[in-house]
Amino acid sequence: MIHSLFLINSSGDIFLEKHWKSVVSRSVCDYFFEAQERATEAENVPPVIPTPHHYLLSVYRHKIFFVAVIQTEVPPLFVIEFLHRVVDTFQDYFGVCSEPVIKDNVVVVYEVLEEMLDNGFPLATESNILKELIKPPTILRTVVNTITGSTNVGDQLPTGQLSVVPWRRTGVKYTNNEAYFDVIEEIDAIIDKSGSTITAEIQGVIDACVKLTGMPDLTLSFMNPRLLDDVSFHPCVRFKRWESERILSFIPPDGNFRLLSYHVSAQNLVAIPVYVKHNISFRDSSSLGRFEITVGPKQTMGKTIEGVIVTSQMPKGVLNMSLTPSQGTHTFDPVTKMLSWDVGKINPQKLPSLKGTMSLQAGASKPDENPTINLHFKIQQLAISGVPRSLHSKTF
Amino acid sequence: MQRFLQLPGAVVRPGGRGAGAADQEAASPVLAPEGGPPPWYQALQPEELRWLQAPEEDTIPEASLEGPGPEPGQSQSQPLRHDDLKEMLDTNKDSLKLEAMKRIVAMIARGKNASDLFPAVVKNVACKNIEVKKLVYVYLVRYAEEQQDLALLSISTFQRGLKDPNQLIRASALRVLSSIRVPIIVPIMMLAIKEAASDMSPYVRKTAAHAIPKLYSLDSDQKDQLIEVIEKLLADKTTLVAGSVVMAFEEVCPERIDLIHKNYRKLCNLLIDVEEWGQVVIISMLTRYARTQFLSPTQNESLLEENPEKAFYGSEEDEAKGPGSEEATTAALPARKPYVMDPDHRLLLRNTKPLLQSRSAAVVMAVAQLYFHLAPKAEVGVIAKALVRLLRSHSEVQYVVLQNVATMSIKRRGMFEPYLKSFYIRSTDPTQIKILKTYIRSMDKDFVAATIQAIGRCATNIGRVRDTCLNGLVQLLSNRDELVVAESVVVIKKLLQMQPAQHGEIIKHLAKLTDNIQVPMARASILWLIGEYCEHVPKIAPDVLRKMAKSFTAEEDIVKLQVINLAAKLYLTNSKQTKLLTQYVLSLAKYDQNYDIRDRARFTRQLIVPSEQGGALSRHAKKLFLAPKPAPVLESSFKDRDHFQLGSLSHLLNAKATGYQELPDWPEEAPDPSVRNVEVPEWTKCSNREKRKEKEKPFYSDSEGESGPTESADSDPESESASDSKSSSESGSGESSSESDSEDQEEEKGKSSESEQSEEESGKRKMKKRKKVAEGQGEGSSSDEGSDSSSSSSESERTSDTEEEQVEPDSWRKKTPPSSKSAPVAKEISLLDLEDFTPPSVQPVSPPTIVSTSLATDLEGLTLTDSPLVPSLLSPVSGVGRQELLHRVAGEGLAVDYTFSRQPFSGDPHMVSVHIHFSNSSETPIKGLHVGTPKLPPGISIQEFPEIESLAPGESATAVMGINFCDSTQVANFQLCTQTRQFYVSIQPPVGELMAPVFMSENEFKKEQGKLTGMSEITEKLTLPDTCRSDHIVVQKVTTVANLGRVPCGTSDEYRFAGRTLTSGSLVLLTLDARPTGAAQLTVNSEKMVIGTMLVKDVVQALTQ
Repeated sequence: MIHSLFLINSSGDIFLEKHWKSVVSRSVCDYFFEAQERATEAENVPPVIPTPHHYLLSVYRHKIFFVAVIQTEVPPLFVIEFLHRVVDTFQDYFGVCSEPVIKDNVVVVYEVLEEMLDNGFPLATESNILKELIKPPTILRTVVNTITGSTNVGDQLPTGQLSVVPWRRTGVKYTNNEAYFDVIEEIDAIIDKSGSTITAEIQGVIDACVKLTGMPDLTLSFMNPRLLDDVSFHPCVRFKRWESERILSFIPPDGNFRLLSYHVSAQNLVAIPVYVKHNISFRDSSSLGRFEITVGPKQTMGKTIEGVIVTSQMPKGVLNMSLTPSQGTHTFDPVTKMLSWDVGKINPQKLPSLKGTMSLQAGASKPDENPTINLHFKIQQLAISGVPRSLHSKTF
Repeated sequence: MQRFLQLPGAVVRPGGRGAGAADQEAASPVLAPEGGPPPWYQALQPEELRWLQAPEEDTIPEASLEGPGPEPGQSQSQPLRHDDLKEMLDTNKDSLKLEAMKRIVAMIARGKNASDLFPAVVKNVACKNIEVKKLVYVYLVRYAEEQQDLALLSISTFQRGLKDPNQLIRASALRVLSSIRVPIIVPIMMLAIKEAASDMSPYVRKTAAHAIPKLYSLDSDQKDQLIEVIEKLLADKTTLVAGSVVMAFEEVCPERIDLIHKNYRKLCNLLIDVEEWGQVVIISMLTRYARTQFLSPTQNESLLEENPEKAFYGSEEDEAKGPGSEEATTAALPARKPYVMDPDHRLLLRNTKPLLQSRSAAVVMAVAQLYFHLAPKAEVGVIAKALVRLLRSHSEVQYVVLQNVATMSIKRRGMFEPYLKSFYIRSTDPTQIKILKTYIRSMDKDFVAATIQAIGRCATNIGRVRDTCLNGLVQLLSNRDELVVAESVVVIKKLLQMQPAQHGEIIKHLAKLTDNIQVPMARASILWLIGEYCEHVPKIAPDVLRKMAKSFTAEEDIVKLQVINLAAKLYLTNSKQTKLLTQYVLSLAKYDQNYDIRDRARFTRQLIVPSEQGGALSRHAKKLFLAPKPAPVLESSFKDRDHFQLGSLSHLLNAKATGYQELPDWPEEAPDPSVRNVEVPEWTKCSNREKRKEKEKPFYSDSEGESGPTESADSDPESESASDSKSSSESGSGESSSESDSEDQEEEKGKSSESEQSEEESGKRKMKKRKKVAEGQGEGSSSDEGSDSSSSSSESERTSDTEEEQVEPDSWRKKTPPSSKSAPVAKEISLLDLEDFTPPSVQPVSPPTIVSTSLATDLEGLTLTDSPLVPSLLSPVSGVGRQELLHRVAGEGLAVDYTFSRQPFSGDPHMVSVHIHFSNSSETPIKGLHVGTPKLPPGISIQEFPEIESLAPGESATAVMGINFCDSTQVANFQLCTQTRQFYVSIQPPVGELMAPVFMSENEFKKEQGKLTGMSEITEKLTLPDTCRSDHIVVQKVTTVANLGRVPCGTSDEYRFAGRTLTSGSLVLLTLDARPTGAAQLTVNSEKMVIGTMLVKDVVQALTQ
């Protein structure tokens, strides 16, 4: 299975290596560097690189390449999934997963990696268990450790590994028992020039933060489970129960975890809560173009739209733009031709707009493409799909 | 000592001093610890500490000598730092050691060589501090290979660890021991693995499974022995072990597929509870297994389905090829009987399906490839949605998934059609035109070009959208961007080639465009098209040629060539109009600068213009020029990958990776399916312990091994329902017995007659737990066995009918001593038959509330054992005995009795399951027994039992039906119909049967009781008769009357029971406070006051009788 792991930063330094079987020389990474050079951008490095004796499978996250070296046939997704899990674990441990942080905590990183794989086969990948084995560093603990000389390694034997509920620690105690569920939904929609929706799909996740004592067994039911077109669960969810009753029944891990992610298909077309009015025109004769965008709310059920960001890739012919926003700030990068306008909240009484002129390359014919406008926004406490949970009971 | 002193001088490499020493030491193992006896490493006795001391003594002088060592040329920093590291390691302070180890590990992490510290580090292997120890392990595993002899010093520490009473220590000792890649210790490792493989802790066994491939890679001669261990571990029934052992199997002996037979069904059933990584491995192994063991499910369908499809995608060569070969095989076997899927094959498909919803992309992909390779055509579709979902994951995942999707979509066209939208932009394969148009307006020209090409491929692949595509492309032609137009033209050209007839219009349009289009490639394409199809556009073609001739000199070479071509073609088809033009063009070309064009011109002239010599050729000219050209096949680059197993690395790279296991082809004939049957003796023979472990398989029981009995925190609701529903949808749950039970049975014959009846009657044949009561001290062990038997049986449940047939009679014989029952063997047979009728559609999901009951009396017994509770343990009696539904006289020979089995009804959790026993005492067979139009009070509903086709004279049969009494004791009236008669019958439930036991702790009980006071509390005083003072009798009596579970209780004179009503799920709590004098107080707390009152009455009656 996984032979070795190299962590490489974007400038091409191997700053951590870990071998689970006999040592693989780091020169194997040269093949990776070659591929990296060939790919102009870091994202474009092929995830799988064959070399004469090894295969390099890499994942690029947080500006670090996680390169796994394998020697024999293994499902590539297996390795990639594992690497992502490693990154998630680091993130969970250190808050961020960046080169300096990993370098600072190299010993913990090493210990964690040691526990995660045994001879290249995943052993303990649940962050709950890992945290029981190796405690994540906190400022307080670091101070205490330096003074008292105690350690990060749990002195208790991890019983979690033995349990048949591997994701949950045993003996959890809280004075306040609480469980929070965040329903986060994203809509991806493409709207054409005239304002009609071409595609729209909703992608949702339920993130939970459960702090409950003992071994709670929770059930969660949905108002309209049929809407959920496609779901994937945390392993703690009982599949059978979902299939038969459409009820989520699970013993939750302790702390934060992603309970499920779902997809609401485009068939149940959703009303996009925002609209954009645009008026962008280039004139053949002059070197000036007009540009005007207005963003407004639509069917938001009284909720405010926040964090609105409009970005648009302007045609190459645009030299510069002089715009005045009615609110928020805007930037235009003349090199990448990227216009970005950070709108913030939308006040329905006074719709935010961005007006101004574009200066075009003199003499060139007017650009024939229409710029696309990307719009990001957030709405708190509104679930577009209407699936959110309705009932939440718990039993012990 | 002398030697060490000399070393530094001898080594020139900076920083390589230690390595040099290591080399020398490696060369002569005796050398390392000074004066040690040669075979010192075999000193397995716990005296090794002495040896651990030895290098310590050595290294101190070494360390102190090294600093001022005579190495002026070397950088001093490195050795110096190592020096103080060594000093730190030698101190007694843990904190210093820890600091040193941390620095060393950091060095290793950065890839620096720290091997010269080996002796100093290795002696800390016995350090008390856990973190130091762990870091030493890390170091050891990294460098042991290089310093084999010194590494041996640590071995005995691990050997001691292997004997540790704590399973975690045993496991970690084995883990490190096996990670040290030192060939000398192979025998020790082998021994350790063998021992660990039969360890009682599943965690240690898992570690043993992990160690197997390590040992194998170290010494492949051990293969045979290792296979034995693997075989043993494969039989393990814990989810913890399953994944690891299959991984070991795959690495060591993937060819020994025969080892899987016996474990196949178990693996299928365990699959869902195995951790994700194990799932991936198991699924891919099972895919291979299934390919060798089952018949192809597609072979018959292919005949039916491929043909229309082929017509539909007529132009698809690969499509035609694939099914073609398949067809050949099917055609060769026309007489073959219709394909029936092996139940085991079905089992695999069914059990993997829910895993499509796993969060792990790897698992989803593994299931997808399994379905792709194994499932019948109609079912493959289910994976599409899941795969589309994966596309929203990380880009690396997308990359891999798309590669696989591409292959799949080539093989199984149409599979992804419903999801086309999801693929736009992301995939190059199927695409939808409308969305693409949006993109075409965007900036990136390269992307646009690629998109248009994609449209082309899309159009070729999916006939339905071809017209849309063409129209879209033609619209694009009016785009002002040349690149877009050019690309479109090229694609259109390809498309038109495939079906030119209908597209005269488009060609005309193209012809008009020649004036505007400047990109040579596009112009050339248009010209070629016009030339090719000049007969469709007879008027325009010469005109175009005229225009081109005018501008000939200004054209690019490629265009000129096409002009000549066009001219030649026109000359041949329409020589009257174009003769002069052609000659003009040719003579222009003759003086062109490019020799290609000159050549072409001459060649063409000779060919088409009749002259004296060229006569022979020119006759064929027409054929040459206007030969119908085969339409190009637009295919993606993923075509040839399908011979690799999907999802594998080899598939991704399109090259065979090391260790790739070919996916075998379907066998022509199905190998004997009986190999997968598991023999009965195997279960009974299994050691108790192992069986007990098996119980943990369903997740959520956390008491294990040494961890002691945490009062079985939650006797998992799911586990049972999961395993239950898994076990078999068509059969209930077969029950086999174990020796212990048969023995017990004998002791309890008297009692058993009653419980036994119900047993047989219960279609599920769940084992009734004998009452604890009798057993006093032996409870612990017996409850153990109890769960064993049921676990073993739950295992055998999974086996299919064939197997059941062989299991059942056996077990029954054991269970029922011949004298105890008149129940004839015939009954069992009919039982089996009956099971076959049970429609699989009934999802046997038992509601947690029912199953998670705790067990009446068994609890005390459990305090020392950790066997989780089994439902069958929990319903000690089947309530009231058999009751008559229809007397044999009234029924004209048909006698019908019923019992409340107290088992969860599989179809609906709210239903009470009633076992109905029919016996035919008439002379003639009774046919078509079924339930006729029930007349039910509102709220009550019935799940009828499946019709019993025929009941021969003297025979009896049992059926299960479910009745939802809606938490009331109303009577359920219904008709019992035979072919000839109808009987009106009614069932009235005793109140005690309307509930199911629940498990709760004493505290919970008190808490709940606190909520149910006042109106909901009913109290009654009573006096217990002398006969009814002992614990078990009280418990037995109460549980006979009411289906309640006992709640553990601190005080001895108090008995607590808890249950929930079936329909509304409201709690029913019963407390009996018995004084030694015989006075007692009975309290029932329940929201349902009516039920409470009735229950009090019933219980009092039972207790005072």
